[in-house]
Amino acid sequence: MSEAQPDILLKGRDITRRWGGLVAVDGVSIDLLRGQVHAVIGTNGAGKSTLVNILSGEIAPSSGSVELLGRDVTAWSQPRRAQAGLGRSYQRTTLYHGFTVFENCRLAAQARHPRPWAWWERADRCARSNDAALAAVQRTGLFDVLDRTAGLLSHGQKRQLEIAMCLATDPQVLLLDEPLAGMGAEETDRMLALLADLKAGHAILLVEHDMDAVFRIADRITVMVNGAVIASDAPQAVRASAEVQAAYLGGH
Amino acid sequence: MQARAGLMNPEDRPRFFFTLAVFVALAAYPLVAGQFGIDLVTKVMIYAIFALSLELLVGATGLVCFGQAALFGIGAYAVVKLSPEYEAASVWWLLPASVASAAAYALFMGSLSLRTRGVYFIMVTLAFAQMAYYVVHDTPLGGGTDGIYLNVKPSVALGERALVSLDDPRAFYAVTLAALVAVFVFLAVLLRSRFGRALAGIKANEQRMRATGFATYPYKLAAFVVSGALAGLAGFLFAVKDSYVNPELLSWHLSGSVLIMIILGGLGHLRGALIGAFAFALLQEFFKSEAIWGAFAKHWHLGLGLTIIACVALLPHGLVGLPTQWRTRLTGRASGNAPGGLR
Repeated sequence: MSEAQPDILLKGRDITRRWGGLVAVDGVSIDLLRGQVHAVIGTNGAGKSTLVNILSGEIAPSSGSVELLGRDVTAWSQPRRAQAGLGRSYQRTTLYHGFTVFENCRLAAQARHPRPWAWWERADRCARSNDAALAAVQRTGLFDVLDRTAGLLSHGQKRQLEIAMCLATDPQVLLLDEPLAGMGAEETDRMLALLADLKAGHAILLVEHDMDAVFRIADRITVMVNGAVIASDAPQAVRASAEVQAAYLGGH
Repeated sequence: MQARAGLMNPEDRPRFFFTLAVFVALAAYPLVAGQFGIDLVTKVMIYAIFALSLELLVGATGLVCFGQAALFGIGAYAVVKLSPEYEAASVWWLLPASVASAAAYALFMGSLSLRTRGVYFIMVTLAFAQMAYYVVHDTPLGGGTDGIYLNVKPSVALGERALVSLDDPRAFYAVTLAALVAVFVFLAVLLRSRFGRALAGIKANEQRMRATGFATYPYKLAAFVVSGALAGLAGFLFAVKDSYVNPELLSWHLSGSVLIMIILGGLGHLRGALIGAFAFALLQEFFKSEAIWGAFAKHWHLGLGLTIIACVALLPHGLVGLPTQWRTRLTGRASGNAPGGLR
């Protein structure tokens, strides 16, 4: 089965989004491959988050197309894309704050076998979502805080939980919007190790401001300025590009 | 993991026994009560069913509906409009028809109003309720301000044999209590199912639910229709109890009152709706009592209003939050669970 699947799991073509006169995303094309971390970098307002929102289906593009696992999903709603294997995390942590860590993941896993009309069955007895949730919690190193209320976690743990909730839905493509924001050095190391571990089975898009982290983990880097891509290449080539240096990278 | 699969969490046990005690007390009440008490508590139990229907939307799903009375009123009007004029209708078709009428209007109202959010949702549900109110109030269909009488109460019979006479206040009390228990158990089971957890997720963070792969609109619409059906059931009981309906059953005052009931009791808990309905009715009776207030009793709205304002200000989690609030004050520290978590 896995041979039949294309290696390009997510394909964005000529994606443009206009807000009135402002062009937030300007003709961006991007490929996400299984086994690759594809970093998107750029200054604030470069259109990175808008691009993630378009790819995940949260907002519609003004023009352009999105292909997921070989199917054109441009007209698909966000839930439908998520069902088809697209997971995303948010720049601002979006958890179910009153639920436990486990229940956050269990509810996410439930999306894969929702059985919405089985009103007599207890949700917490669902073996499939319990197993998926437990696996996600273990993989992200949150097993020790399984029963803690999500709102009471440390900032780093909340970011880990974001990833765990994505994993619980068993996605093939992960769109991660600044998963390292506000993290200390140790937490960053842990998260990068997790991403390296996830890379083998997933195609990962990483929006990130921490350049050291980006160059440590990324297999490919796309640089956006004012909504447009000015470079998309291997990390060394991007680092060497004079245009990128001038526009963005500064000392790196 | 074992504890999770257990029959009941240890912290749920006091809540379960509290609810059980309330139902046992309600079942025993007719042994000591007179005519007035039976009548009052029957009415309050109907309001409790009505409040539970709204709790499913507001407390469980986070949808503040300000038009719930329309669904209640449609359930009640269906009883009178569908009953034959001079003979008893059978409850076996009249009850489903009444519930279905309310559910059908809920489907119409929900399918459109759920396209809006927040304060717009509140206003749109109010608008739909006002629409139903004026249809009943100003067209021949509803019989105008005076309302309509139900000449013969529906019969509850199996074949030729009458099971229970709804004309007997004590029998009707028992039927109402059975309906209340059934609705409570139904909602308790529903809320811990996958559907119920999805509603809780929508309340906590709808954006995340969509990103996870839940199409949230059908979930919300289903909740709205179930809520409408339960409000219709309450309306059915109300119409049968009084054998009379009038447009005030659909008024925004009643939508507001039922909202106050669940806020007073404590949002996010089924027993909050139960407690709130009783607290609201008792406060109302208290402030209406001429024995206590004399001539001032006709200004009962004032006393009731001030008390409710005080309750909301002093009890942020409603009456169900009282034990926790006292415990916190006594021990000087908050308990581990944040509010608004698992019920």
